[in-house]
Amino acid sequence: MNDHGLAPGREIAGRGGGTISRGGGFGWLLAIPPAGLAVAFSAALPTVMGGGAVRLAYDWVPSLGVGLSFLIDGLSLTFALLISGIGVLVALYSSAYLAGHNHYARFSVYLLLFMVAMLGLVLADNVITLFIFWELTTVASYLLIGFDHASAKARRSALQALLLTGAGGLALLAGLILLGAAAGSFDLSTILASGDAVRAHQLYLPILILVLLGAFTKSAQVPFHFWLPNAMAAPTPVSAYLHSATMVKAGIYLLARMHPVLGGTDSWIWTLTIFGAFTAVAASVLALRQTDLKLALAYTTVMALGTLTMFLGAEATVAVAAAITFLIVHSLYKAALFLIIGNIDHATGTRDVARLGGLVRAMPVTALAAAAAALSMAGFPPFLGFIGKELKYEGALAIASEPLFVASAAVVANALMVAVAGIVALRPFYGTPSTTPKPPREVPMRMWISPVLLAGLGLTFGLAPSLIADALVQPAVTAILGRPETVKLALWHGFNLPLLLSVLTFVLGLTAYAVHPWLRRHLIAASGRLPMTADQVWDRLLDGVKSLAAMQTRTLQGGRLHRYLFVVFASFALAVGTALFATGAMRVPAGWPDLLLKHWAVTALIAAGAVMAAVASTRLTAICALGVVGVGVALLFVMFGAPDLAVTQLLVEILVVVLVAMVMLRLPGFEQGSTRRIRKLDALLGIAVGAVVTATLLAVVAAPFDRSITAYFETASVPEAFGRNIVNVILVDFRALDTFGEIAVVVVAALGAYALLAGTRRGKRP
Amino acid sequence: METVLAPLVGILVAASVYLMLARNLIRFLFGLVLLSNAANLTIFIAGGLTPAMPPLVPEGLARPAEVVANALPQALVLTAIVIGFGLLAFALVLVYRGYRVLGTLDSDAMRFAEPDEIAPDTSRSEGRVP
Repeated sequence: MNDHGLAPGREIAGRGGGTISRGGGFGWLLAIPPAGLAVAFSAALPTVMGGGAVRLAYDWVPSLGVGLSFLIDGLSLTFALLISGIGVLVALYSSAYLAGHNHYARFSVYLLLFMVAMLGLVLADNVITLFIFWELTTVASYLLIGFDHASAKARRSALQALLLTGAGGLALLAGLILLGAAAGSFDLSTILASGDAVRAHQLYLPILILVLLGAFTKSAQVPFHFWLPNAMAAPTPVSAYLHSATMVKAGIYLLARMHPVLGGTDSWIWTLTIFGAFTAVAASVLALRQTDLKLALAYTTVMALGTLTMFLGAEATVAVAAAITFLIVHSLYKAALFLIIGNIDHATGTRDVARLGGLVRAMPVTALAAAAAALSMAGFPPFLGFIGKELKYEGALAIASEPLFVASAAVVANALMVAVAGIVALRPFYGTPSTTPKPPREVPMRMWISPVLLAGLGLTFGLAPSLIADALVQPAVTAILGRPETVKLALWHGFNLPLLLSVLTFVLGLTAYAVHPWLRRHLIAASGRLPMTADQVWDRLLDGVKSLAAMQTRTLQGGRLHRYLFVVFASFALAVGTALFATGAMRVPAGWPDLLLKHWAVTALIAAGAVMAAVASTRLTAICALGVVGVGVALLFVMFGAPDLAVTQLLVEILVVVLVAMVMLRLPGFEQGSTRRIRKLDALLGIAVGAVVTATLLAVVAAPFDRSITAYFETASVPEAFGRNIVNVILVDFRALDTFGEIAVVVVAALGAYALLAGTRRGKRP
Repeated sequence: METVLAPLVGILVAASVYLMLARNLIRFLFGLVLLSNAANLTIFIAGGLTPAMPPLVPEGLARPAEVVANALPQALVLTAIVIGFGLLAFALVLVYRGYRVLGTLDSDAMRFAEPDEIAPDTSRSEGRVP
């Protein structure tokens, strides 16, 4: 079962050793940056526990109101400590797990990038900065999921995660920009303080939808859940990190962060509750279906994310406290369990639960850590998971709108969690030993220390919950709800409804565990009858986009000049015409202008020439007509004070006629390519474009004219440039570089034409 | 005068669009000539028309004594006329060369670079860039 992710055994085999501890060398150095950061963040604990916040700011793009500012309050500190703390343990673990891997250095860079992106995301005090780090986590996760780049499956999973969370990211960007517009600032501190204004704003609903799209794709809510189990193609330590403290928690962080701004409305409460509950229950059912340990665990992450979303929908203090406590619980046990599965995979060569059993004798330390983590996951006392679960029930019952719905969703999901915890952490270690691809043996210290520590923390915090209650949960809840809150955590709550629900959960969970082979068979049979999975829908969607793009290219870029030009001209007429009409710039001249006969004559001459050139059936007629137009334009120039233009125009006109006539001698006649119907359409389009140009020009000449630049040239021409012909002075003095460019164009055109002609002479062709 | 010249430019543009949409490349080139005339006139008209007063500074004066024609659009148009000529000359030779190599002036039949996707053109196999 090594088709998901890296097979450590295979890679190590190349080095001629069965144990990983031999490699590594200085790989553990990777753990130092996160460790330093974790210590630095801990320094902020006293301030945050006292209800304060630390703010660091640096003006980045002041003109756009985008600052590189960071805010450490209860919420961001909780996340920052989880990210950096679990980062230390994951880095330590990877140094052993991937020791001797050819691309370990690359892996280290990706992992650190990922960590920094996550930290930036949770600490950002500006929504644009937040978005940039958000996208950076997407990019980093793409690199990490696709780390085993030789595997097509890993590449597909990486791309899927990138596209899905990237699309959500774009929605988020739009939502954040609207939010910034509604709140009048991109600074989170300001936005957080203007919650009432945002909720009353007419853009509230679009903002909510866009932000939730971002959060739901990132945090794998149904129907966007499928990328997360696929993301297991990443090396196991990455999965541990991705599923516990980072990536998927970004969406949860966003929901928590936006709670004081967007939360509290009916649309917020209902969307989060329904999506969260549905995700939690659906994912726990899917988790039970799996036989691959890692896949089962991946679905339980989706379940945890659903639960968190569901509770963040609520307003009640205890519900939010439940969310934050469960966030910490989940991070600890999920990271531990992923690392333990990595150990099992490494030691035995398989992750298939059906092929594992009785590992406790060979791997006692891993088994101990697994038991502790699983008990926390299942919510047994005295582990932190128990407190988390009790709080969840208390929170569910405190939710005013739908306590029954939330509570039953929580009970079902938790009961299935108990079963999955048993499958993942009990089945492989107890029972009859089975034959595995490799004889199992305990992993080296660097691979068990991290899970042991993580599981141990789950126990420690369970025994002394005030450690995290005062330091993390209470400040975080205060930050989420935007009002000072007191949160006390305790193992024993007395005999009450939550305890009763806990007992019910255990009974249901243990029953589910006892009958899980039967359940799984039926689930697999049932899912076989579904028309298609979300994953297959995704594939269809991608195929659809590709064929749409191909069709569009065939239609718009068919390689036919006529079509290209038609589209260009039609777009021009449509866009400019619409703009003219919409802005009311259209001007209809009043009455007939009082003109001299010569003006009418020249105008008529040019118009007749143009029409003749268009309809001429022989080339000679057309060339003559073009000459008439050119001379007519020259005459106009003379009449309106532009003798220089007239001279140039005449000279150029003569040259054009000579050139065209020369080339004509060597070219065939003037045959018409298109059908009459198409030419009629062309004529209509021509008239439309002409009409739009006319209207535009009339609007332009009706507008007041600013002659200040001309006035400058008129004043400066003699004193500064010593020339009396102002046009010439502009060309050779004030705008001399333009004229130089013009000469360069003519030279390049001449060189190009010469090269083309020379080639024709050499390569004589019929 | 502008109210008459604006429709005139419109007629020039209409004729040039009609010509440029023809599949025959010679017509296309004629359309190009008309289009550059239309563009030059547009710039000229947009700068305001002043009859019969070239932008010259009389001897002995530091600046024109009375209102003269706008010099700026004239300078721009002068540049545009020359560049338009360069473009036309190059395009003309390009069309000529295209005809020599591909044996046609029909733009739709010139499918050397982008062969028809529906019915793969034979020009790709037999045609070669000399």
